[in-house]
Amino acid sequence: MKHLLSIEDLDRAGIERLCDRAASFAEVADRPIKKVPALRGRTVLNLFYESSTRTRSSFELAAKRLSADVVNFAASGSSVEKGESLRDTVQTLAAHRPHAIVVRTPWAGASKLITQWTDAAIVNAGDGQHEHPTQALLDIYTLRSRLGSLDGLNVWVVGDVRHSRVARSLVLGLQTMGAKVTVAGPPTLVPAEIAVLGCEVRYTLEDLPQADVVYALRMQNERMKQAYVPSIREYAAEYQISSRRLGARQLLMHPGPVNRGVELAGDVVDGPQSLILDQVRAGVLVRMAVLYEVLASGGGPTAPPDGPPDGPERRRRRPHGGGRDPFNNPELHPA
Amino acid sequence: MSLNPLVRAGGPGIDDADVLLRRVHVLDPRAGVDAPHDVLVRAGVIAEIGEPGGVTAPAGVEEVPGEGLHLFPGFVDPHVHLRTPGQEYKEDLETGTRSAAAGGYVAVVAMPNTSPVVDSSSLLGSLRDLASRLARIPVGFTAAITLGLEGTHLTEMNELRQAGAVGFTDDGRPVTDAGVLRKAIQYQRLCGGVIALHEEDPSLSAGGAMREGSVSARLGIAGVPWLSESTMVARDAALAGYEDGRLHFQHLSCVASVDALRAAKAQGFKVSGEASPHHLCLTHEAVRDLDTSMKMNPPLGFEEDRQALIEGVRDGTIETIATDHAPHARDEKEMPFEQAPMGTTGLESAFAAVYSELVRPGILPLSTVVDRLIGGAALMDLPTPTVAVGERANLCLVDLEREWTVGADGYESKSGNCCFDGRTFHGRVLMTVADGAVAYRERSFAVHAA
Repeated sequence: MKHLLSIEDLDRAGIERLCDRAASFAEVADRPIKKVPALRGRTVLNLFYESSTRTRSSFELAAKRLSADVVNFAASGSSVEKGESLRDTVQTLAAHRPHAIVVRTPWAGASKLITQWTDAAIVNAGDGQHEHPTQALLDIYTLRSRLGSLDGLNVWVVGDVRHSRVARSLVLGLQTMGAKVTVAGPPTLVPAEIAVLGCEVRYTLEDLPQADVVYALRMQNERMKQAYVPSIREYAAEYQISSRRLGARQLLMHPGPVNRGVELAGDVVDGPQSLILDQVRAGVLVRMAVLYEVLASGGGPTAPPDGPPDGPERRRRRPHGGGRDPFNNPELHPA
Repeated sequence: MSLNPLVRAGGPGIDDADVLLRRVHVLDPRAGVDAPHDVLVRAGVIAEIGEPGGVTAPAGVEEVPGEGLHLFPGFVDPHVHLRTPGQEYKEDLETGTRSAAAGGYVAVVAMPNTSPVVDSSSLLGSLRDLASRLARIPVGFTAAITLGLEGTHLTEMNELRQAGAVGFTDDGRPVTDAGVLRKAIQYQRLCGGVIALHEEDPSLSAGGAMREGSVSARLGIAGVPWLSESTMVARDAALAGYEDGRLHFQHLSCVASVDALRAAKAQGFKVSGEASPHHLCLTHEAVRDLDTSMKMNPPLGFEEDRQALIEGVRDGTIETIATDHAPHARDEKEMPFEQAPMGTTGLESAFAAVYSELVRPGILPLSTVVDRLIGGAALMDLPTPTVAVGERANLCLVDLEREWTVGADGYESKSGNCCFDGRTFHGRVLMTVADGAVAYRERSFAVHAA
């Protein structure tokens, strides 16, 4: 896997392989020193054009636990505010030869576009309202850890599907894993054409009891200003997941950050059915697995991290130790 | 007394042609000609049309062997963006008209959404003056309907007409206020000139970057619903009928718009329509890879829209194929799709695209396509090019069998944002004679001195 741009880059075996690898990293998180040298000497650049705390910090943590060097680039306070184009910014940063760039932008397809401008492995951390593949992977990982298999699982994704990159990646990823997905929300926020993803579309929560898993999406206040819903109050009355709506055997998920009292009632957030904190924990593990796959297992870093000065003949050289599997590395698994 | 709305070309090397086109297949659908002939042009005027091989070449006349080649009346594009003044880094009057000549065009009509907007007679006058020195082919200029394209105050339409405005348009933007458009149509009784409309209801289209549909839903890109266009076509066709005005609907892109145009015509309203090569040849599926060359306004539609446009071209509901040639600099298009500006170039590929995609597969007759490529002239009150003795030569010579790849040898246009870039088509323009002068000669098509 050279890049991770869309959840559709992965077939079922690919998703399972990533989940298995994430599971193998779980043990690292329980060590007193939460670090393995798998990506030592590699540089991971976090390129974030949108504010993000959890995704960015979880990528940062993932990279650091694999001993990679991390550089964070946020568009605010940078040359982007002086009008630098995405291409110029990427090429400028790519001149420092990061091995991987984790990209979050407000524009669909931007991460794919960036692959044309750099040799670095690109991981899509959200491109506009298009996709957020690592979120889907961590959600699948969370469900798999809890339930074993997703085959035949009935998942309802509830809320602002229209503006949700999480929903698009999740619906596709869950279906790849054998789950049946229904999306539900107000008609203004659930475009009818979303059925092209293969999911069912509902406008009420009448049949919510069919669900094994209820996945609530974040409802942004600005949607009300844009008149997608008449009021947050009415939205909550129709679509809020509360202990009244959530059945005893149903699991609850949410990509965060939660608007308590809007899409979720406070009691269910903290309730025993909530997997929300499991999702956060899974985030680091899955992102470790993704970074590991694009960098260590045959991915194409651009140059040896401590190699000689730049030269065109060196640009495509393989890094020291590229392709070596840290799981067969005695350094990683001391006897 | 109005000026001639077409500015005669005056670029370097614009001289009256003396050329004999030998054994060319002349196809002029409006003159009813469809047969091989010799065509002699002397001092820029069609002097003789004779039996193939029957015309003797006078001394000093270049003889062009035309066996197997087609000669059409030169095309007229009622809708191009030459980006002058203000955005000459995208296109200028020389490169834009050079690009047009390379596509077989003998006249183009430029849109006024420049920077500043062409909304005063002084600006129009200076543009016409510039064109008379730089253009390779004759150019007409439209003026804005409203000041600054703001949609609120009418321009001095009468003075603009007297200063040579072909007609009026706020192209790039709709005239959303029906009352304002109504007054413009009323004013048209005084000043004449067609009013050309970019139809879009911004309350439905705002924020959209592509056609709303299955592809936009998958990509998570805000879509423009087709009714954003068709509701405005229906509204304005009703205005045209009520005020007995003359309106032209630009770049139609959906079934309902074609239906609305057809219905308005059936009621006798003076309305006309155009379709672009990209809307006739491509659908929103082409946007799936988020290639910014596929981003234009109106956006590419569904397959049924494409079929309706083809049907409209076939039955004459749509009188003209217009490119909406919209050049943008490379760095402007090398952007994420949602950020990139809308528009595709089209002058150099228009004939080849439509010929390869619609004529060769047998969907439309060649004569219909040629008719629609010259059809923009009458809509803009310009003379329609014709292959007839005594006329100034407005001709394009085409090799229908010649295959070529769009953009492979670069473009005459300053910009390369062509939605057909990289596509291999049949039908190559070899030579264009515009207003009596050789305006374009394909690189491999050498001078054949007599």
